[in-house]
Amino acid sequence: MSFAWAKQYEPQTALTKWLDEKLPLPRLVYNAVGAGYPVPRNLNYMWNFGVLAGFFLVVQIVTGVVLAMHYAANQAVAFGTVEHIMRNVNYGWMLRYAHANGASFFFIVIYLHIFRGFFYSSYKAPREMIWLLGVVIFLLMMATAFMGYVLPWGQMSFWGAQVITGLFSAIPLVGEPLQVWLLGGFAPDNAALNRFFSLHFLLPFVIAGVVILHIWALHIPGSSNPTGVEVKQESDTVPFHPYYTAKDGFGLGVILILFTAMVFFLPNALGHPDNYIEANPLSTPAHIVPEWYFWPFYAILRAFTGDLSIPFTGIVLIPAKLLGVIAMFGSILLWFILPWLDKSPVRSGHYRPMFRKFFWFGLIPCMIALFICGGAPAEEPYVVISQIATAYYFLHFLVILPIISQIEVPKPLPFSITEAVLGGAAPGGTSGGGKINPEGVVGGLPGTATDGSLQPAE
Amino acid sequence: MATNTAATTEVSAAEEGVRRRDWIHIAALGTAGVGGASLLFPLVSQMAPSADVLAASTTEVDVGAIQPGQSIKASFRKQPLFVKRLTAEEIAKAKADDGASMRDPAKLADRTKAGHEDVLVTMGVCTHLGCVPLGAAEGENKGEFGGYFCPCHGSHYDVAGRIRKGPAPLNLQVPEYEFTSDTVIRVG
Ligand code: HEM
Ligand code: FES
Repeated sequence: MSFAWAKQYEPQTALTKWLDEKLPLPRLVYNAVGAGYPVPRNLNYMWNFGVLAGFFLVVQIVTGVVLAMHYAANQAVAFGTVEHIMRNVNYGWMLRYAHANGASFFFIVIYLHIFRGFFYSSYKAPREMIWLLGVVIFLLMMATAFMGYVLPWGQMSFWGAQVITGLFSAIPLVGEPLQVWLLGGFAPDNAALNRFFSLHFLLPFVIAGVVILHIWALHIPGSSNPTGVEVKQESDTVPFHPYYTAKDGFGLGVILILFTAMVFFLPNALGHPDNYIEANPLSTPAHIVPEWYFWPFYAILRAFTGDLSIPFTGIVLIPAKLLGVIAMFGSILLWFILPWLDKSPVRSGHYRPMFRKFFWFGLIPCMIALFICGGAPAEEPYVVISQIATAYYFLHFLVILPIISQIEVPKPLPFSITEAVLGGAAPGGTSGGGKINPEGVVGGLPGTATDGSLQPAE
Repeated sequence: MATNTAATTEVSAAEEGVRRRDWIHIAALGTAGVGGASLLFPLVSQMAPSADVLAASTTEVDVGAIQPGQSIKASFRKQPLFVKRLTAEEIAKAKADDGASMRDPAKLADRTKAGHEDVLVTMGVCTHLGCVPLGAAEGENKGEFGGYFCPCHGSHYDVAGRIRKGPAPLNLQVPEYEFTSDTVIRVG
């Protein structure tokens, strides 16, 4: 798609002309992330994380393919080959640390990307499909990261595999056979390790495929923006290149500084020391925790300590184990119906006073509490805190959001992106109601005409 | 486009609804469908435990040297196995609790062999998500009911390995076993 004013690709050289006729790949790139893709002019840094997520997917695939050249997925030698990578393979330590920390950074940027979606309601029409595909990507990422963590065959790898496949045993009737089928045995062993390696190699490429669909779906309505007001005219947009290639490039530089600092100076800070002990099927570590990026969901799993039963009869409707599993999967599957739960026509949280309060003082503290409890041992006070936070989590999405979207009185929206940028930008001014702010000190930014039409500095 | 429209008009004009060729389409697609579906079976089935994993295995454990109050950890089908010799007080306590309200009610007598009421053989696999509970080794946390405690999500088992508190749904499993002599059991 594109807006009518999008620039057209014009091949300049004989080679590019020839290529454009045979396989218009440069044209595709030009229209997707080049000058031919008009993007709202007011995107803030929260819009950097999609590109950064793509970058980390590439990091994972490149470092992963290289690691796979030295790794062997056999229960007898897997732990040893990872140590071999660390000690003997040239730069093996760097590649492995980049892959392990790359997974963490992938999740950091994805969580910020999702968080952006929650605050600016990027999931709303016309962008539901982008959101749905994003949730699919997130689920695939979780599966990939879980199976990757099993590969070094340390204590956390082994017991993580045992506990996570154990989740499936909670399903009535088919649960236990299902777990045995998933593992190819009665406990994690060679069969499980081998299939996890096979899938861990495959899934990132499936993710790459879904990412292409995600971006395809994005290019139909185009990016949303911090006002949530749709693009109306040419002056609302700037070409992706050079404006956002530069902005994303800057963000990439910042995150690379953080990433390399972790890889070279704190490579094990996000990992767990027990994973440097080889898997021992006869002894569970005293405190097993998943990787940090699963903590909030792990806390939800553990929050259910009692069965759901009919009071005073002792008839158990749903046992505690199954409740926890349902809630954990439900907490993410819930995102699939989010576009239909939040019916407010206003997208941006900036113009939704009530939504904003529940977002910053409800959802965010609740997620922080779940995160902390998920990494803590299964003791008080963490159990009670995770129970309260789990309750709020579901209330927020299933009850509070739908109610707010009915009763909230949103603030007046700017007429257009251009007006929001140029008209309502006076210092201290609240949202621009209608006309350009008369006392506005900022009449026009350099390089822009006062009528608001943009003159690209090219 | 043009051929498309032509075809549609032809069909709707000439033969509304059922056509003679439908049979060929159904037969062809049906055959391909059955073929495809039967391919799925080996693809799914290959993930199940292979013959060597399934091959029945038995383990012999000498329980003679275990002192009252002591437990040992053995391994059965690559999974931990707990063998515990109960003290007289533990037996009394377990029997006293036989009638208590439990998630998975069971009597001590049902979980041991006649004539060997003091020997409790269970899998060391928490019925919640499969961790190895603590309590079989000296000095480990035995939980609130003096049996086993699973640190993963806090399941408490009593001296007879029965689930009393926490998320696990069932008692620690008692595998099939028999006494081959007074002091040796064969599990499996
Ligand atoms: C979505 C992208 C990916 C994610 C999130 C991911 C995640 C992980 C994680 C968390 C580990 C455990 C690291 C550790 O504790 O040592 C791991 C290990 C591994 N991954 Fe990946 N990975 C991804 C892509 C890939 C790809 C594309 C390949 C190969 C084609 C690959 C090959 C490996 C190998 C061989 C290991 C074991 C070596 C080691 O433990 O460092 N990964 N992965
Ligand atoms: S695995 Fe034992 S309590 Fe969860």
